[in-house]
Amino acid sequence: MIRLLIRDMRLAMRAGGGFGLGLAFFLIVAVLVPFGVGPESGTLRVIAPGILWVGALLACLLSLDRIFQLDFEDGSLDLLATAPIPLEGVVGMKAVAHWLTTGLPLVLAAPVLGMLLNLAPGAYLWLIASLAVGTPALSMIGAFGAALTVGLKRGGLLLSLLVLPLYVPTLIFGAESISRGADGLAVATPMLLLGGITLFTLALLPFAAAAALRINLR
Amino acid sequence: MSIWEYANPKKFIATADAVLPWFSGLAVICLVGGLVWGFFFTPEDYRQGATVKIFYLHVPAAMMAINAWAMMLVTSLVWLIRRHHVSALAAKAAAPIGLTFTLIALVTGAIWGQPMWGTWWEWDPRLTSFLILFLFYLGYMALWEAIENPDTAADLTAILCLVGSVFAILSRYAVNFWNQGLHQGASLSLDKQENVADVYWYPALVCIVGFVLLFIVLVLVRTKTEIRRRRLHALEMRERMG
Repeated sequence: MIRLLIRDMRLAMRAGGGFGLGLAFFLIVAVLVPFGVGPESGTLRVIAPGILWVGALLACLLSLDRIFQLDFEDGSLDLLATAPIPLEGVVGMKAVAHWLTTGLPLVLAAPVLGMLLNLAPGAYLWLIASLAVGTPALSMIGAFGAALTVGLKRGGLLLSLLVLPLYVPTLIFGAESISRGADGLAVATPMLLLGGITLFTLALLPFAAAAALRINLR
Repeated sequence: MSIWEYANPKKFIATADAVLPWFSGLAVICLVGGLVWGFFFTPEDYRQGATVKIFYLHVPAAMMAINAWAMMLVTSLVWLIRRHHVSALAAKAAAPIGLTFTLIALVTGAIWGQPMWGTWWEWDPRLTSFLILFLFYLGYMALWEAIENPDTAADLTAILCLVGSVFAILSRYAVNFWNQGLHQGASLSLDKQENVADVYWYPALVCIVGFVLLFIVLVLVRTKTEIRRRRLHALEMRERMG
């Protein structure tokens, strides 16, 4: 399983265009928003938590179809499915690899973008914390969506239609944590709920995703 | 004699054909009766005026929008566990109906909200949850459309329905946390002496029964269509093979 993780990470980094694309997209979203709403720092400060979370979510979405698609096309997914490790574990590792190559860079880049959007000084800690806690859920839900649409020729658009509604709770609690942190309010409740969602998706969705993969590989 | 007999498509169609005229007739009577009663023979509310009457469409549609998803959940489970094709097709048939009911609830709510709240739309928990439910219906139907192999489509949409149900409930309460709303609490419940004044309640009850019957009729008709479409497809395949 560890070897699978390393393989996936290596593939993601060496196959051109995938790695870093999400990060660049995140940057562009954060840069474009001020053009849309105007450069007043007060307005930006209010909407910064939401923009950062929505940006992270869309950046995550970009690379989702890569989770299984390439392996499905060249047949290595069939090999993985018949390998002695459970398919649920494969799905979990794929999600972890996706998070390490997409989610983690977003978490690390977020403070810089927060500065661009004039985020309140007290909110940086919670920005990093909420993204660090929440983005694994995004990767896991995304892996489920990718498993559903893996057999389709052009599943990308459908994938976003399926996955985005599932992102609603994560987005709500994530953005709420930051804006509460920015206002100096107690952050524990949304953070705990966010953590709960992440653990819940990590515990249950590998089974649903593996079931979907088995159906698609039938 | 068990309920699983109706999993046989032939038996299902025969039974559906037998009950459909009765159910459709009753649905028409209840809907026309309830709506006419509600629109013309109930007093206007002292504060809301005539706008209160949209409640006869709004409440039943909203109830059925949720119940349609619940029905899809049950039929999806039956399909996953017992592999009855009729069950999967019933879930497929119910989705557009649920979508329409969701849309009716949203639109009638907006029409009522404009004079009463002074806005067509408000990011209120209930409204937002319904919008999310609408998106879930869209995703579910899009997945059905996208996959060619009918069994694969049935399996994958069933899984999506299960996962979606969990996330729909999660979103429902997450949204509550996010914003306190304008929408009134649940007006109708089974354990209260009087929910709303009886003059409004009886026609509303008739309308609710009408909507339930309408839903059943539409699901039966659409499931029949799906079964026939499947059969046609099988015949065409056989022709091509032979």
